[in-house]
Amino acid sequence: MSSGEKYVAAAYLVVFVGVLAYVLIIATKLARLEREVGELAELAKQKAESRG
Amino acid sequence: MSSPNSRLPALAALALGLVAAATTLVFFFAPLDADQGLSQKIFYFHVPIALTAYACFGWGAWKALVHLWKREPAADLESYVAIHQGVIFGALTLLTGSIWARASWGVWWTWSSNQLVLFLVLFLFYCAYFMLRFSVDAGPQRANFSAVYALFGVALIPVSFLAIRLASDFIHPTVFTSAGPQMSGKMFFTFCVCLAAMLSLAATLSAVELSGKRLDVRLRELREALA
Repeated sequence: MSSGEKYVAAAYLVVFVGVLAYVLIIATKLARLEREVGELAELAKQKAESRG
Repeated sequence: MSSPNSRLPALAALALGLVAAATTLVFFFAPLDADQGLSQKIFYFHVPIALTAYACFGWGAWKALVHLWKREPAADLESYVAIHQGVIFGALTLLTGSIWARASWGVWWTWSSNQLVLFLVLFLFYCAYFMLRFSVDAGPQRANFSAVYALFGVALIPVSFLAIRLASDFIHPTVFTSAGPQMSGKMFFTFCVCLAAMLSLAATLSAVELSGKRLDVRLRELREALA
């Protein structure tokens, strides 16, 4: 692999790894939101049961 | 009328298609540069990423103006997300630019190029936006401070963009001059597809982040209502 090829590969890799890292952060956030929705659904169910 | 979320899969599909097309064009369609050879291929992602960062900062400033002018509640969040995207694309610009500099000039960075230094100043200015935003409690005051800061930052964009044309800087190449793009038709077409790919990618990532932030706000409201 020539030095030019190495630099081009590194530059494109940086972009793709950057985007993938961002997707990973968003996925983690989404998992947290899903957990919170579950907690709220449980809370709403408990409230409904205590009322009824 | 369709909601922003219903347009998201179409936007993501467009971004994916354009990024795939752009990568294919860069390596299988655009001719090799006679002067720089293969390392010039970094240009096709580096410059569109930099222009996308400018666009994100500009969009963030526009939303900040909308917030201050019309007091639209969603504008502050949209401005914040746009600036966040701008910082991500700005970091990618600096990283890809540094690799290209090493390949072309033999150095990772040079302080003698006005274009580079002004872009770094712009990037650090917007990094400081987050320090300001998170040092103030959530509420109208934070939104106002952030909006004013975002508007100040937009003044740096034309300075950074025109720096190379205003100053006698011969290190950083000038591809787009008053005489038009200094490249072949095939190269310019590839560049345009790459620019469209980066803009659509930024729009998709913004929409995803904004959707998450809105959901977060609604969940907080729901939690308070249920407490």
